[in-house]
Parts: sequence; structure tokens; C-alpha cells
Amino acid sequence: MSTKKISISQKSRRLMIRETTTSYLFLLPFLVFFVMFVVYPMFMCVYTSFFDATMGREDIFIGFDNYKTLFNDEVFWVALKNTLIIVIVSVPVTCAFSLWVASAISKMHVAATSAFRCIFYLPVVTGSVAVTMVWKWMYNNYYGIFNYLGNKTGLLEQNINWLGDERYALGCIILILLTTSVGQPIVLYVSALDNVDKSLVEAAEVDGATELQAFWKIKWPQMMPTTLYILVITTINSFQCFALIQLLTLGGPNNSTMTIMYYIYYNAFKLYKYGYGNAMGVILAIIIAILSAVQFKMGQEK
Amino acid sequence: MNTNRLDANAKKKRAYSIFSAVVVIILAILFTFPLYWIITGSFKTGAEINSTVPVWFPSEWDMGNYQRLMTKRTAPLFDMNIPLISVSAFGYTLNLGGMTITGPTVPAAIRWLINTVFMSVGSMLITCLTAAMAGYVLAKKRFLGKTIIFSLVVCAMALPKQVILIPLLREMSALNLYDTIWAVIFPIVGWPFGVFLLKQFAEGIPTEMVEACRIDGAGEWRTFTDVMFPMIKPGVGACAIFTFINSWNDYFMQLIMLTSNKNLTISLGIATMQGESSTDYGLLMAGAALASVPIIIVFLIFQKYFTKGITMGAVKG
Repeated sequence: MSTKKISISQKSRRLMIRETTTSYLFLLPFLVFFVMFVVYPMFMCVYTSFFDATMGREDIFIGFDNYKTLFNDEVFWVALKNTLIIVIVSVPVTCAFSLWVASAISKMHVAATSAFRCIFYLPVVTGSVAVTMVWKWMYNNYYGIFNYLGNKTGLLEQNINWLGDERYALGCIILILLTTSVGQPIVLYVSALDNVDKSLVEAAEVDGATELQAFWKIKWPQMMPTTLYILVITTINSFQCFALIQLLTLGGPNNSTMTIMYYIYYNAFKLYKYGYGNAMGVILAIIIAILSAVQFKMGQEK
Repeated sequence: MNTNRLDANAKKKRAYSIFSAVVVIILAILFTFPLYWIITGSFKTGAEINSTVPVWFPSEWDMGNYQRLMTKRTAPLFDMNIPLISVSAFGYTLNLGGMTITGPTVPAAIRWLINTVFMSVGSMLITCLTAAMAGYVLAKKRFLGKTIIFSLVVCAMALPKQVILIPLLREMSALNLYDTIWAVIFPIVGWPFGVFLLKQFAEGIPTEMVEACRIDGAGEWRTFTDVMFPMIKPGVGACAIFTFINSWNDYFMQLIMLTSNKNLTISLGIATMQGESSTDYGLLMAGAALASVPIIIVFLIFQKYFTKGITMGAVKG
């Protein structure tokens, strides 16, 4: 009896080893790239943040000095504040806007739904550089279309230097960011609305619920996982807002559009302070991780 | 009374749906406007571009902007480095290779477009192959360390990609890959979104299919190529188009990894031109059109797969 048991477990063990070997052979090509170009840099990012690292010389271990400098760096706090403003404004607006557009277009004919879905996705596909170029022109002080329309409708008394003015620059950046970030949420919401249990909605309508009630009481709770996912990806996207700033304002005027992502780039690739940039990267990753965790918690409680 | 209320309700509903349709159409026009402005702007003359009253439609289709774009910078069409190989035998040394073959000089924008296509197609092909294999195994096999690998994949996806760029840059210099297209391709391939997507897809395939194939005597590789791969093809399509578009537009990585004129991508090239002639909007619009129109056409052709990819990647996300 006992010998038989052993032989079975030995057999299953051999099977397990074989399965594991073949599995890793299949995983190998991906793992090579994943470990070399994602996991290893991830660890190096944390590791180097404890060093004074720059180009062309050995790194010097300095413990937590980078983090200490960071907390006393005024520009870092400005960058953090601006980044949080971008997130706080753009995430709710993106979610509300895309939810409304999705619910409006999902009731239309199939062809219309797919056409509108494409149109709202266009700014994403166009690419950040091309989008930024055209917005730069539209914001221009003299030939820009915004100043022309503002003057024509009487909203503006004189031309505004949109991107060169501390009061407006961040708002202008957020507007562009919004147009390039609603595409994906709209696609997701349209498919989520499609998947809502239709019989429940019909039952509610028979019972005399208005469309608004049917939406909030039946469709909205069912779409909660989608909303959660959208919240997380939009937050991450807003934190990563970089190309717009690098191409339009370089963080100026007077640091009014300085974000963490751009400040990391500036420190690492303009001043070559690799260790310092990595310390900021670590802080950014921690902030994003905490925010995502909070969003998940909130979503699960609901 | 009751019918009256229903009537009123229906009327309200109707009014609202007309209202929302109108608003959506206006929004759609606003969303297409930047693209319209790029394309028409690229054909406008300098006077039309720099007029304070916007010219809504170019009076004549002027090619001047494209001509300037093509003549401003030049680069070799291609160049190949053949490494030096020395063979020594019987006291003689034979040197082979050790030279660079350079193609004819063409406008830099053409070279940039070729680089961009090469980069996007390269990362698409490698990603699809590696992700399909890894996704299949993660969905259908039980093995040691699976949980660890999968949690690493999920963690990496939640991290901002840009955070790892500094270590990545140093790694690429150490590997002598800095300022080559491969420095952009490899990190894209390592990015685990494709694996995640195809794992989701492979999970939808009944395990019996795989088992039946094994019982019929097919090896592991045959099972993958003949049974699994054809069944997850729609997922691979979604992964392909997603990777293609994302790598075409992944500006930050390109900005950091590529420096010399002949190695730039089209969007990076346009961004560099912006640094030199920041107010020549006609030139910039021509460049923007060249960078965005091809990818928009690709998107429109494959948008069905693309939408599928976005929604599949989100399920259980």
C-alpha cells in the first residue's frame, strides 16, 4: 500500500517537473525581455536612489541623502502640487465626460456608435507630438485660433499668451490632456453598457422607473468594475503627462507647469543627476501605488 | 391620466435623445478639428498660416511645406555596419568586413519614417510571439512559480513606465545598444501588457481542446502552434495592433534612447525640428501630418481588433 503511494507521488512529481520545465521553455522568450528591461531596471531604480550617480564616474553611496534633498527641494513640491492638480481635475472630468458620451452614443445605431467611438479615439492615435504641435499653433499669441475666437466673440479684450502666462499655462495643458485621455474610457464604457443585464433595465422600466433612475440604480452598480479600472488608468496617465510639457512649456513659466515626470526628466537627462531622479521615481511610484490601492478599496466597499 | 404621463415621459425622452445627439456631434467636430487643422495647415502658404484671421480652408493646395520638410535635413537611406572579422592562419591574416555600407542620401523624413515602421513592426512581431507563448502557459499550465511571475506582471503594469527610464538608459549604454532602434524595441517587448491580454484570451479557450490534442499524441509545441495559436488569433490581432500603435507613438522612450539624426523616428524628428524652427507652423504641420496620417489609417483599418484589445485587457483588470 505504502509503496504504491510513493510511486504515485513520484510519478506526479516527475509530471510536475516536466510541466514546469516545458512551461518555462514557453515563458523563456518573454522572461528574457521582461527581466532584463523591466524587472531589473525596476530594482536598479530603487537601488540607485541611494547613490550619488552621474555620467562617467562610479556611483557613490550616500544613503538617504537624495530623499533628504528631495524633501527640501521647493521645485519638487511645486511639481508635486501641479501633478496633483492635474490628477484631481482631469480624472473626474475624464470619467464623467466619457460616461456621458458613452451612454449617449451607445443608444445610437451600431454604425454611429462605432464611428463616434473612433472619432473620440482619434487624438490618442494621432500621437502626442503631432497633437502638441497643432495645439501649440492654436494657442499661439498672434496667429492662434483661440485668441481669434475669443476676440471675435468678445470674451477676450486683448490677446492672451496662453502658454506663456502663469495663470493659464497649466489649464491649457490640462485641456489638451483631457482630449487625449477620454478615448479609452469611452470604448470601455460603451462595451460595459452593452454588457449590462437588459432584462433588469426592462423590468425597472415596466415598474415605472425613469431613465435616470434606471441608470443610477441598475446600470451604474453593474459598471463599477469598469469605472474602477478607468479611474486607475486615468490616474496613472495623468501622472505620466510628459510630452505636452516637454514640447510646450518646459515646465515654465516660473515652474507653473512643472510636473514630477518632467522634473525627473530634467534632473536625470539635463543635469545628469541619475540618483536624484531615481529617488523621485521611487516616490512617484509609491504615490501611484497608494492611490491605486485606495481606489480599489473604495470600489470594493461600494 | 396615466397615458398622459407616459406621453409626456416619451416626449421628454425624445427631446433628451435629440439634445444629446446634437451635443455629441458638436463634440465630435471639436475632437476632429485638431486633425483637420494639421492636414489643411500642412498645405497652407506662409501668409495663410501666419494670418491673424484664420484661413479655414487653404485657397490653393501649396506643397511648399512638404518641400521644406524634405530638403531641410538629409540622411542616408540605410546603413549597415559589418563588424571586422580577422582570420589568422599560417602566418597570414585575412580581414573580412569591418566596413559600413551606406545607402544613397535621401530626405531625413523618409529615413525617419523607415525607422518608425521598422521599430513598430519589429516590436509588434516580437511582442506577439513572446506574449502568445507566455500567455498560453500562464492560462493553461500549472507549474512552480506561476503565481510569482503573474504578480510581477500585474505589478509592472501598474507602475509608470517612465520611472525605469534612467536605469534603462544606463543598461542600454552598457549593452552598446544606446542610440539604436533596438533600445526602443526591447523595453516595449518586455512590457507585460500583451502577456496579460493574451492570458485573458487563452483562458476563454476550453482546456479540453488542449488536452484532446495532447492525448492524440501531439507534442507541446505542436499543441501550441496547431491548436492554441489559431484559437487565440483574434487576441493576437488585438495585441499586434495595440503594440504597433503604442510603439509608434511612444515619444518618451524614443526621446531618451535615440540621438543621432539618422536614427530618429518620425515623431522625434518633428519634435527636433520644432526646436530649430519653432514658429514655422507650416513645416511643423507637414511633419505632424506625415507622422500621424499613416498611423491613423492603420487604426481605422484595424479598429475592430483594437477596440477588442482595449476591452479584453480591462476585464478583471
